Amino acid sequence: MNPVNYLYLAALLFTIGATGVLIRRNAIVVFMCVELMLNACNLAFVAFSRMHGNLDGQIIAFFTMVVAAAEVVVGLAIIVSLFRSRHSASVDDASLMKL
Amino acid sequence: MSAAPSLAALAASTTSTGEAVQFWILGTVAVIGALSTILMRRAVHSALCLAGTMIILAVFYLANGAYFLGIVQVVVYTGAIMMLFLFVVMLVGVTAADSLKESIKGQRWLAALCALGFGALLIAGISRASLGASNGLAAANAGGNVEGLAALIFTKYVFAFEITGALLITAAVGAMVLTHRERTEKAATQRELAERRVREGKHLPPLPAPGVYARHNAVDIAGLLPDGTPSELTVSQTLRARGQVRDVSTEALNDLKALEQRSEERLGRRPAPARTARGGAEHEEENDR
Repeated sequence: MNPVNYLYLAALLFTIGATGVLIRRNAIVVFMCVELMLNACNLAFVAFSRMHGNLDGQIIAFFTMVVAAAEVVVGLAIIVSLFRSRHSASVDDASLMKL
Repeated sequence: MSAAPSLAALAASTTSTGEAVQFWILGTVAVIGALSTILMRRAVHSALCLAGTMIILAVFYLANGAYFLGIVQVVVYTGAIMMLFLFVVMLVGVTAADSLKESIKGQRWLAALCALGFGALLIAGISRASLGASNGLAAANAGGNVEGLAALIFTKYVFAFEITGALLITAAVGAMVLTHRERTEKAATQRELAERRVREGKHLPPLPAPGVYARHNAVDIAGLLPDGTPSELTVSQTLRARGQVRDVSTEALNDLKALEQRSEERLGRRPAPARTARGGAEHEEENDR
């Protein structure tokens, strides 16, 4: 097997995540799909790191994980405060800047 | 593939048959997990499917010679991030299923079409790219994967590393600020609440308790009024907002109807005509007579 297959898998997972962001209405599930896309990118970075024979790709994947962790913390806080003010986690309901 | 099956050799340029088998089996499972993440109606199921996909990705990192990242993936993603997701799902309401109503007409088909085109574009791009021969990480991982990563992080990427530290602290403070609610006025005491109730003159006594005595006393079952209709007032506001109030009023009527039918069959009376709840009450009076 060629290690390029990992890139195909990453592309597939990224596409699935992007589809989820487009079709889902629940803010939490949309957020999970964004996480899936980030994970697919990490897989591509790790596969590239192996192909090129150096560790830079793994470092970038590591930074992506750190940024994803920070993003999840802030994003979930936003979802919780949205839910508090609107009693719904649907992205359709959040159509106004103010309640 | 070299004869010695060392860890470095596992991450060499061409993969072993074992890794190919692992890729095809776990890759299929990962794609199924990702698909069920976007297709499951309930957020809890989506979260669990995504956690499974992430664990499989951790295995792929290990197979690609990223030993440190594989462990970090399990600890940070499945351990911390997905559990945080589950916490929020529980907080927001587990039973709240996603509405399947389309707010923009035909948006789902358009989205699927766009995704198909995008995926085809990505895969065509990868297949056309001249990626060259794969080198493998045997040389880079020679001194140990963690040591190699540490040497890079603390030399070449040291500024990026410092900035991510600042980003993490900012995110933690941001989450606290976003979810913190400042109490701008003093909390009303019990006495003040009682005085307000008297002044409004709406509900002087405490609210009626939920449940139907001698039958159900769960908090999500509305108490029944004398005429058999459920009273919304008896159920907690949160449950009402989530639409989790269970209605047992018809259940009681059905039970009564079944009881009547059975008693009539046992007494050998004429087949009962269609009766209502009031009919049941009359029937009891007949028996008394």
